[in-house]
Parts: sequence; C-alpha cells; structure tokens
Amino acid sequence: MAGAQTNRLDNGGLIDRTAPLKFRFDGKSLSGFQGDTLASALVANGVKLVGRSFKYHRPRGILTAGSEEPNALVELRTGARREPNTKATTAELYEGLEAASQNRWPSLSFDVMSVNQLFAPIFVAGFYYKTFMWPAKFWEAVYEPAIRRAAGLGRAAGVADPDHYDKVWAHCDVLIAGSGPAGLAAALAAGRSGARVILCEEDFAFGGRLLSDGGMIDGLPAAEWLSRTLAELAAMPDVRIMARTTLFGVYDGGTYGALERVNDHVPSPPEHQVRQRLWRIVAKRCVVAAGALERPIVFAGNDTPGVMMASAMRTYVGRYAALPAKRIALFTNNEDGWRTVETALGAGLQIAAVIDARPDISPSHRSLASRNGFTVLHGSVSGVDGGKDGVRKIAVSLTGGARAEVEADGLAVSGGWNPAVGLTSYHRGRPKWRDDIAAFVPDGAPPGMVAAGAANGNFGLGACLAQGFAAGAAAAHNTGHNGKAGTAPVADDETFSLTPLWHVAGKGKAFVDYQHDVTASDIELAQREGFESVEHLKRYTTLGMATDQGKTSNVAGLAIMAAVTGKSIPDTGTTIYRPPYVPVAIGAFAGHHRDETFHATRLTPSHHWAAEQGAVFVDTGLWKRAQWYPRAGEKDWLQSVTREVKAVRSGVGFCDVSTLGKIDVHGPDAGAFLDRVYINTFTNLAVGKARYGLMLREDGIVYDDGTTSRLAEGHYFLTTTTAKAGLVMQHLEFCRQVLFPDLDVQLTSVSDQWAQFSIAGPKTRELLKEIVDPAEDLSNEGFPFMGAREVALRGGIKARLFRISFSGEMAFEISVPARYGEAMARNLMRAGEPLGVTPYGTEALGVMRIEKGHVAGPELNGTTTAADLGLGKMMSTKKDFIGRVMAGREALVAPDRQVVVGVKPTDRARRLRSGAHIIPKGQTPGPGNDQGYVTSVCFSPTSDQWIGLALVERGRERIGEIVHAHDPIRGEDYEVELCNPVFYDPDGGRQRG
Amino acid sequence: MRIVCPFCGERELGEFTYLGDAKPVRPTADAGEDAVHDYVYLRDNVAGVMSENWYHGGGCRAWLKVTRNTLTHEIAAVEPAAGAGAAKVGA
Repeated sequence: MAGAQTNRLDNGGLIDRTAPLKFRFDGKSLSGFQGDTLASALVANGVKLVGRSFKYHRPRGILTAGSEEPNALVELRTGARREPNTKATTAELYEGLEAASQNRWPSLSFDVMSVNQLFAPIFVAGFYYKTFMWPAKFWEAVYEPAIRRAAGLGRAAGVADPDHYDKVWAHCDVLIAGSGPAGLAAALAAGRSGARVILCEEDFAFGGRLLSDGGMIDGLPAAEWLSRTLAELAAMPDVRIMARTTLFGVYDGGTYGALERVNDHVPSPPEHQVRQRLWRIVAKRCVVAAGALERPIVFAGNDTPGVMMASAMRTYVGRYAALPAKRIALFTNNEDGWRTVETALGAGLQIAAVIDARPDISPSHRSLASRNGFTVLHGSVSGVDGGKDGVRKIAVSLTGGARAEVEADGLAVSGGWNPAVGLTSYHRGRPKWRDDIAAFVPDGAPPGMVAAGAANGNFGLGACLAQGFAAGAAAAHNTGHNGKAGTAPVADDETFSLTPLWHVAGKGKAFVDYQHDVTASDIELAQREGFESVEHLKRYTTLGMATDQGKTSNVAGLAIMAAVTGKSIPDTGTTIYRPPYVPVAIGAFAGHHRDETFHATRLTPSHHWAAEQGAVFVDTGLWKRAQWYPRAGEKDWLQSVTREVKAVRSGVGFCDVSTLGKIDVHGPDAGAFLDRVYINTFTNLAVGKARYGLMLREDGIVYDDGTTSRLAEGHYFLTTTTAKAGLVMQHLEFCRQVLFPDLDVQLTSVSDQWAQFSIAGPKTRELLKEIVDPAEDLSNEGFPFMGAREVALRGGIKARLFRISFSGEMAFEISVPARYGEAMARNLMRAGEPLGVTPYGTEALGVMRIEKGHVAGPELNGTTTAADLGLGKMMSTKKDFIGRVMAGREALVAPDRQVVVGVKPTDRARRLRSGAHIIPKGQTPGPGNDQGYVTSVCFSPTSDQWIGLALVERGRERIGEIVHAHDPIRGEDYEVELCNPVFYDPDGGRQRG
Repeated sequence: MRIVCPFCGERELGEFTYLGDAKPVRPTADAGEDAVHDYVYLRDNVAGVMSENWYHGGGCRAWLKVTRNTLTHEIAAVEPAAGAGAAKVGA
C-alpha cells in the first residue's frame, strides 16, 4: 500500500510506518501513515493541485505546513460533520479520512469557473463595489447569489452538528504559547522554579521547528533533547502540557482563550467525549513562544502549485519524509532559506539552482553548490511557467539585467521570517519594526505578557533557548516562585543574513494574499484610488481578511504599499490585530449551551405533579409553568381554559404561583425603606395585613408591582412579578446599599424557599378547612380581605396565608416551604375532590385578571405611568420615593396620554386580538390618528365574548365610544367599544365575601 | 475582565452586572426637577479612569464601587457600597 506513496522516502521522518492509513481526497483512494497531516499525505502521494482560488479559480497547491496555510483548504468529513475551510496542513490523518477540494465545479482539474481568469483584468480591487451598484434591488436578488456561487469557500454541513463541545476554566501562574525551543525552555525554567505552568501547543507533536530542522542542544541531537525535556516536564506535577491546543486570544485581567481539538484527529469522537474544548485560562504571566512565520516573496506566478515556503519544504521532507518535488529550485533573500537546500540534498533530491537576491553569497554555500553540481544565480524569480500540474520552468532576472531559465518541478521560497505578533498585539499593541531582521516584533503586549525566541525576533536556536529560559524564570519569579531553575539549555545560533525583498516586478499575476486573490497590482491600484491608509487598503482590497487573516500576506502588502507611496514600512504601519488567532467554531464558544441545555430550566415545586396531570407547559423566562390542564374530550386550549375559569368562578381552583419573586425585608427601617421604593406607603400597614404596591423607575415610569405583607413589626414579605424577580432584587439592593445606606434594613431573596399557591373561588374556605389547622379562624372577621399571617396546617407545618385575590374571587394564597410544594398540590387535589377542585394554569389566571381589569406585563411595558394604569391615586404626596419627581414631568401627566381602558367588539361573536391599533370611528387609519393599541385579550367565559385591555388616548374619558380596531398585520378592521376595564364584579363584593 | 470582590475574592466578569457612573448622587427630596433630571439623565462619557457601580449578582449581591479605566479595562480599586454586606455590622 505504501507503494502508492510515490513521493515518500523509504526512511526517516516522524511518521509511524507500521500504522498505514487509507484516506480519500476528492473520491480518490490514497494512503499515508500515522503522524501525517492531510497535507503531508497528499505530498507523499504526489498530489500537487489541492484547490481553486477564491476569485479567479486559479489552481493552487500547498504553500505552508502550518496554521498559516492560505491555499490548501478542504471540506473535511461528510454529512453532518462536514467542515468547510479546514486547513489540510493542520488536519491530522486518520483511517478513512474523507476530504474534498473546494471552490471548483465540476472537478478540481477541470473547473468551469476558471474562465474568470480570462476576465481577470476587470476583477480588480473594488470590483464588486464598482460594478454591482445598480439597480439597487438587483443586489440581493441577482448579483449577490451569483457572486456567492462563483466566489466562495467550502460549504457548511447545513444540518445540526452532532458533536458536543465543552468549556472549562483553568488557572495557572505561567502560561506558555508554543512548544518550540523557546517555549520548552520557558516551561523548564518556570516548572523547576515551582510555578504552576500550562503550555499550549497547536501541533499534535511537541517541538516546533525542532521537529523539522533538528540541531544540537546541550551536545545532544535535538530529538533526544526533546524527549528528555518532555519527560522532565511530564514528571513535574504542576506543569501541564497540552497538544492540539491553540492559544487564540488574550482578554482583560490575564484571561486567555485556547481551543483544544480533543477529537478532531479521529473520524468521530468516542462516546461521551467532546469534539473540541474551549479553555478559558487565567494566568498571572504569559510567555508567548509562538515562533515566526516564513513569508513569501511576491512574484508573477508565485501561486503555481509546486511553489512552497522553503521551511515548509523542509518540514515535508524532514518531518514527514514526503517529497514535494523531485528537482527543486530555491529562491531566497536570506541565509535561512539555504537550510532547505541542505535538507533536500540529504534526502537525495536534485537541486536545480539557488536564486539568491543578496549581493553576497558565502564561500561555504558556493562550495556546496559546486560539490553538488547546481548553480547559484544572483537575482530574483520573475515568473513561473506551469499550471495545475505544477511548476515546469522558472524565469530569473539576474542582477545586472540578464535573464535566465531554470527547469524544476518545485520552487522553495524564503522571504525571511515574521514573528507571530498576534497574541502580543490583541490589546491594541502596535508591533515595532526592526530593520536588522526587516520584520515587526512585539511591542505594547498586554500586562503580564512577554514574547520570547522567534516570536520576539530572535531566530537563532541558541537565542531561543536562552531567551525562553530567562522569560520562564522571570515569570515564575514574578509570581512568587523562586525554586532552583538550573541553567538554560545551550545551542549555537545559526548565521543570520537577509536583504529585504518583497516584490519582484514581472509579467503576470503576482499574489500577495493567496486566499483572497489579492495581487500586487491590486495594492498599487488601491493606492492610485486613494486607499493609502492600511485600514482602507485592507477593506478595499480585502487583503488579510480571509480565514487565514493574512498571516502570509499582511507584511508583504504593507511593504508594497510603502514602496508605491514612498514611505517606510513602519510609517505605513500595521492594521489592528484581533483575535482569534485561528478560526474557532461557534460550537466551541457555545459549549453545552445549546438545545435543551441552552439555559437553565427552573421547575415549579408542583411541576412533577402537574406533569402527571398532563399539564401543557409554557416557558416564562427560565421557568416552565403549567399553562392549562387539558381533559379528555377537550378539542382545544380554549375549551380547557374556559372550563378552568368557570370552575374557579363557580367552585374552587388552585394555581402554582411560586414563580413570583419573593423577598423578605427585615429591620427596624424596613417600612421606611419600602416607603422610598414604592409609590404608596407601607409604614402605616398594620401587622397581619397585605397591600398592593407599585414601584417606579427613577424616570417616573412604572417598574414593577406586587403585594407586600407585614408579618411582624420589622418584617415585611414582598412579592414581585415573575419576569422582574431578579431585576427587582438587584434594584432594591441598589436602593439599600447605594442610595439609602443610612437605613437599617436587610433583604433576603426567598423566591426558591417558598412554594406558593393561589386558591380561588367561592368554595375556597371549604377547601382550606381541610388543609389548615381547625383552630385557625378563616372567617371574614377572623381573616379579612388583605389579611396576611402565619398559620398552622393540619399536621403541624407552618404556612403563610394571604387573603389576596388576582382573580376577583374569594381567594387566598398559601405559602409552604418549597419542599412541601408538591405535597400541597396533591393535598389540595385530594381534599378538594368532593368540591370539584380544579387546577388551573397561567392562561386561566390571565383570563381572570383581564376580566378583573388587573394590569400585568403587557401594560407594565416600560412606557406607562401609574396614572396611565389607573393607579395614579396611589402616589403618595406625603413622602419622597423613587421616580416621584420625574413622574411629575409635563409629558408624563399630559391629559392626552394613552391610558388603560377596557375594549370589547361590538359584534359579540368576533375574536379580539392584541396588537390591533385604536383609530377613531370613520377615519382612515394612519400614524396621525393612531390613538393606542390593544394590549391584552382573552375570551371571557363570564362575559361570553372576547374582551381586552387597551392603552388609548384619553381612554377613561371615552367610555362607551365606538372606535376602530385596525390590525394591518392580520388584515382586520372592526368596531370595538371602549369600556370600564373591570368586566367582572366591578364593586369587588366577591373577593371581600 | 476580573473583579476582586471585597467579600468573595477575585471573580470573573460573568458574575457581575454593570450599572454605570457611580458619581451622580441622588438629590434630596426638595432638590427640584432640574437636579433630579440631571441625576437621572446626565452622564459623562469618560475615556479613562472612572468610578462605576457594579453588582455582584452571581455572588454575594453586594453593590461595588469599581475604579476602572475605560480605555484599558484596568481596575485600580474595588470598594463595597456604603450599605453593602457587613458594613452595617457593629455600626
């Protein structure tokens, strides 16, 4: 099987030849080994063409060997797990892997849309802005869909992701990004000093460039030093080293984001395991040893398959024993590129030529060339002859003006190295330019973060080790860990020599941003059209805006802009760096917060009993509340709800109202405190009594309502609406702690401590007698309307009993400790059976409150005043309270405000719907005569017709007037009568009876 | 962002709720409409260090006065509100 791997060396590499793996690329069966990436396996199989470019559909090959890859993006996996835009260079090979190339039709080698290349002269920067301007409505209907089909990346799966994602926190003293020589040296120093260390490595193997380039450290071959070091770190209990984990962002207060690809390297996660895990790491110090990225040189045809970064070529040959070409040329402007020649020669490859842009070439390189029979050309590559099958010939402009041609099937390119300045720049740090390496290095890193090694512009192996070690030791010391760190690992530094070269003029497209098809001429055009600022350049040309965020392109783009504007590169500046460093799936950010675990679910104390009864539940905030209790034979919700209402009004029913917010208010100043937060007065509320209260926002608008009972001299019990329970608690704590710290009062949220039931209907007392201790007097004299006190239940449990009514019936609310809530529901059912007791849900509750004209959420809508709700008289004039002054503003007391009024259709058979606008009779509806709208509606079994509440201009002065309910959404227009909002028992005799 | 709650210790942002400028003082009952209007509506849009009200709703429910730089998110000080937590104990 390995025989199929035509470009695999017989020996060497960090692959496991005893573990062959089969995989498919565009349906074709291929093979590789454990330890391969998809890219290295494709290289080993001689595959050069891996994708088509974004805009021009040009054939593209593999450019890099890491997460900076702009070209080799594939759709990985199939079905629901299909993941578009996956980098073949970081995707680990596994048995049965399936990948498909992107952005081509019908096939990769014959792509119809490559005709775009013929129109290339018009697809310049700003093409879409300039071309698809008119007619405007064509954009959505015609242009955009067509453009998206032609220019795009991979296809999303289109169905729900079947995998799980996790989110976790971790804390450490020293966080290290990268496990190259600098990162490992930092971990050694920090770990030995006794610090808690977390090291994140993006790759599945530790070692960074050591895996590809080798070298000697402390007199040992790099591989041996690496295994000793990893063993030492593994033995340290407070050092955690994590593979397949990318540190992608830094946030305030030393919080870092990291993505661990737990199971991306297997076909699907094992059962009960997550696919990926998002780490939020809180670290006191961070050492960024993320290395550097080799940068391309921009020249015509630099995107031909077979053109590859020189360091990537070393990685494929050295680490994976896979040969990207048989006869290669090197185009370099620096010393480091030459290492690729050494690696290639070691693997038995032919060197066609080295094209070196520097003026001087060392004698040792000259002798290497003569020993191995290749030529060294002073000059630059000006063009590439080739196509989808790869490079054929390379055109060279020699220093001095002559031209030459080199025959090769691969071209290694090295334009120097850019330190990975992402992490250090995410807090708006602007990297600074270093002339000696012609690159930006970190500056203005977030507090507690330092860069070390290549990430800090120190490329030599010896320098990486020394600086990493020093940074690790300093970080440990700064977090209070001063154990013996020992001495830093020692290695020689490689020679460094570089002559900056960014762009070689030539005929044909020269790509800066491979992934977004941005060429050198696009940048020149942007400059001519006035988009000189780097932020404008970026947005106009889309340079650096692809999924690779311009890792291989940004600096070259700036350099070209600098050249055409005559500015220096540092004066041209960089764009703002933003996380994430690599794309992170939304699923990883969501973690388990999806579907039924999207948010917490709160169940009422009687929930399980209600579920047994077959209740239909409704989500109200986090709560599940019983909405109605259908019975056999009922054909719809309206029938069930109507039955429940009639049962309450004629007999007795009960409803779980535990979702109301409940707050105990204690202290000598409890009453004074309530006087300041409610518009009405509570200091004069007698012990044993309850009172309805209304609170305003400081701007005079109604905030919340509820009943408050005085259970003892310095003890009030306050209820809030279900929706505002948390917010009212927060508001009251603000009033207590910030506004009125002089008051001696304490608040305790007891919402979850009490199960509360409303028991309503003329037979309420008969039912309660079976529940409450017979010694308790429940008569009108012994327990009058708005009474509130503790009572004993049969069996001895203490309960709180409140004679309050939301339904308009004779009613009580009873509170028992939450753990007795379910038993209470069962008891009420059992004891109430002879009385025909009926459990009712939130719908029936709503019907009865509308029949009684009680306001609720739809009326307490953040725009209404107390007077709008008909509660203006509650506002005390004898005290100050929150919202008092602003509630008196002219507009809030204007006579033409929309106020709550009842509405009923003149046609008694007609259904009323909330949202309908109120228009004066005989007028054509329009914004000028829109006088309000219907807020709440129900079918009233008591009135035997649909009724509602509405907010209507001067509504209370217009009782009896016939107006239009205009409902353009539903296409309805009908007459309604404005009426008293209290439809049922307006003098309140029933609730007092 | 992380806030060191004086009662609970260092906690992450998600436990806290932001209210805003801690500088405005609620006017006395007789201060008049203009003073209350300013208190309710007028806020400085500070680029730099400001004093803010934060609520530790995911912890001890204390209101905190946090001195924070709005440009860098650096937190210089965290104090409990005058009536927060144990401040009244023994008073």
